[in-house]
Amino acid sequence: MSVEILSRVQFAFTVSFHYIYPPLSIGLGLVMVMMEGMYLRTRNPLYEQMARFWTKIFALIFGIGVATGIVMEFEFGTNWAVYSRYVGDIFGSALAAEGIFAFALESGFLGILLFGWNRVKPVTHFIATLGVWLGSMFSAVWIVVANSWQQTPAGYHIVGEGMDARAEITDFWAMVFNPSSIDRLLHVWIGAFIAGSFLVLSVHAWYLLHNRHVELSRKAFGIALGVALAASCAQLLTGHRSAEVVAHHQPAKLAAMEGHFDSAAAADMYVLGWVDKEAQKTSGLKVPGGLSFLLHQDFEAPVKGLNAFPEDERPGAVNAVFQFYHLMVAIGMALIGLTLLAGWYWLRGRLFEQRWLLWLFVPGVLLPQLANQAGWFAAEMGRQPWVVYGLLRTSDALSKTVTAEQVWFSLILFALIYLLLFLLFLYLLNKKIQHGPDAYGSTEPLEGAGKRFREAGH
Amino acid sequence: MFLGIDYPTWWFLVVGGLFSGYAILDGFDLGAGAWHLFFRKEESRRIALNAIGPVWDGNEVWLVIGGGALFAGFPVLYASLLSAMYIPFMLFLVFLIFRAVSIEFRSKEPMLWWRRMWDWSYSIASVVLAVLLGVVLGNVLQGMPLDDDYNHVGHWLRFLNPYAFLTGLTTLSLFMVHGALYLLLKTEGRLYARLSVLVKQAMIFFLVTFGFTTLYTLIYIPHLSDQFKETPALFALPVLAFLSIANIPRLISRHRYLGAFLFSALTMSLLLMLVAVELYPVLLLSTSNPDHSITIYNAAASTRSLGIMLTIAAIGTPLVLGYTAFVFWTFRGKVKVDENSY
Repeated sequence: MSVEILSRVQFAFTVSFHYIYPPLSIGLGLVMVMMEGMYLRTRNPLYEQMARFWTKIFALIFGIGVATGIVMEFEFGTNWAVYSRYVGDIFGSALAAEGIFAFALESGFLGILLFGWNRVKPVTHFIATLGVWLGSMFSAVWIVVANSWQQTPAGYHIVGEGMDARAEITDFWAMVFNPSSIDRLLHVWIGAFIAGSFLVLSVHAWYLLHNRHVELSRKAFGIALGVALAASCAQLLTGHRSAEVVAHHQPAKLAAMEGHFDSAAAADMYVLGWVDKEAQKTSGLKVPGGLSFLLHQDFEAPVKGLNAFPEDERPGAVNAVFQFYHLMVAIGMALIGLTLLAGWYWLRGRLFEQRWLLWLFVPGVLLPQLANQAGWFAAEMGRQPWVVYGLLRTSDALSKTVTAEQVWFSLILFALIYLLLFLLFLYLLNKKIQHGPDAYGSTEPLEGAGKRFREAGH
Repeated sequence: MFLGIDYPTWWFLVVGGLFSGYAILDGFDLGAGAWHLFFRKEESRRIALNAIGPVWDGNEVWLVIGGGALFAGFPVLYASLLSAMYIPFMLFLVFLIFRAVSIEFRSKEPMLWWRRMWDWSYSIASVVLAVLLGVVLGNVLQGMPLDDDYNHVGHWLRFLNPYAFLTGLTTLSLFMVHGALYLLLKTEGRLYARLSVLVKQAMIFFLVTFGFTTLYTLIYIPHLSDQFKETPALFALPVLAFLSIANIPRLISRHRYLGAFLFSALTMSLLLMLVAVELYPVLLLSTSNPDHSITIYNAAASTRSLGIMLTIAAIGTPLVLGYTAFVFWTFRGKVKVDENSY
């Protein structure tokens, strides 16, 4: 395999694995802030117990998220040297801001969130939790701004030519508020709220089905359901707005998402389908003219198709972009249905009698994860062959000095380690869930902890 | 220009400050990790681990910020250096992951084999990370062959050389001194007594490796002394560094460990300042043709970009220092292990 393919596989693999965790941290962080807020308001110890329980799971998720997050920052330099030189002037300020404002806030307060339960007052602890959550929200801001700039560059000019060409910033705020950043940021944030709240829903549904921690789980389920319901519905709106931005600024990507080839024709919207790139034909279950209607409020309006672009300026893997996009949309719709249904039963006070519905929520935790991954794959594969849209090709962005054997070495290393990490994550997550929330007194005495160790064979 | 100093130089100072901060803060984490297997009892290992428990993650953020600052301010250097040193940086990332998950996972199970496994991976990862940081530093100090696009043209295993090995060991030994001093501040009883012996051995280890590195530098890498020949006043810096180093064993012998810890931190800053002065304004010397060297000027981002980032840094730095101080204050004093601990 070529260095280009290997480096793309490595970046996709490391960033996809990483992206399992930050959305969970952001979403779970929000739910934890609400739990602690409820505790401050009601002083009902059940809220403190659930917050402490989720803090332990948060620690596990956050730990892996941080550990796997640094990798991408360095991969820009190691594998994508030309890209780093090209975008450094622009991308760098976003990364620096992320480091200073977001990560430091996040990691600074994390110590108090995890270890401060018995050391600081509940209000201080609430502030620390809020700080960690805001930090994780901020980190999404800068990274999505940077990625959006690659999709819809703004506020820059190009200096130099050929290999020396690079983008320089001319207007910081135009760069930050480039045409796609706000819509994409909201889309990412809300996707994270859904991912985190569905984790909470899944675990507490499981407790309820097994008659464990019933009172606590009902309260926790209610908080998470509120977040999940609001977020799932709002996601429809941000998704639609994101698609409009894509239509306007990255028409080749949009055409690939719906497998639309002929610029003179109206564009259909598929529910399910298959793209035959060679025959330039898409078949499946569709709403004829649906995409035209969504974009132009007219079922017959023509939409720019893939044929309008030269072969080397449109995504190669059209069917993959199509399938990832449709998987994301389908899951999004399913989540809206699921949360609306649960909300309806909740209002009627009969939610916790619907065991079949609770059973749906248990594996439901996987759906937002799949949708988040599929959405990114559609966005990033749809951007090809460009790494910076219309400006720098992925194939030109590589490090010139790195050889295939080096990338093989690191790729195999990452594959093995991430596999190990993922298995350990599932094992420890399961263990914590099986253990469940503790009924806390104020502090467990130190002797108790020591005794446990002696019993464990020390 | 700001206060008579140009933006690339300001940013050079910012990056230097961030790397100093990283070395001082994560230096004691890595040093403590390197000592981990020297502690035999489960209780000692837990206390040592919890001494860095609430802070190691925040400390590591200085690396993320430092890396971002280098990328942002000197994209040309970031691209050339990281792609030239592909393998060491990849190993660094892998061991950084191991360090993090070892700390997180160790306490999650009571089984002896489980804890031993993570003890080993934690300690080995800490040692390797310290050495790799030194290896990168050693390679930067020596320079490397670069072409006119600033791409590395040497063999990809070129990073393995005697000088890099020496700087790697020197970094490890200094971190071990620093880590032992930090642990002395956070422990009591038998662990404290054991550390007060270990720290002296670490000090000897450091003096030996540092001595060899200094000799090797003076004999084989003459370009690093040029600045001092041109501006003799700069000699104050190595003199201060040597005084600072000499002060560490003096304070250790008097059991004034807080003072010794502050001086090991100062030593790291001074040694990095020494590196900065030796290099400035070059960032990465091209040994094949000096005209292809990467300097703070040909590597720098645009003036506008640097101006924006200096503003961000000016707003952000007090914030970062503020909550760093707050966290250290919250967890001040000797380690107390409770049910939330590692």
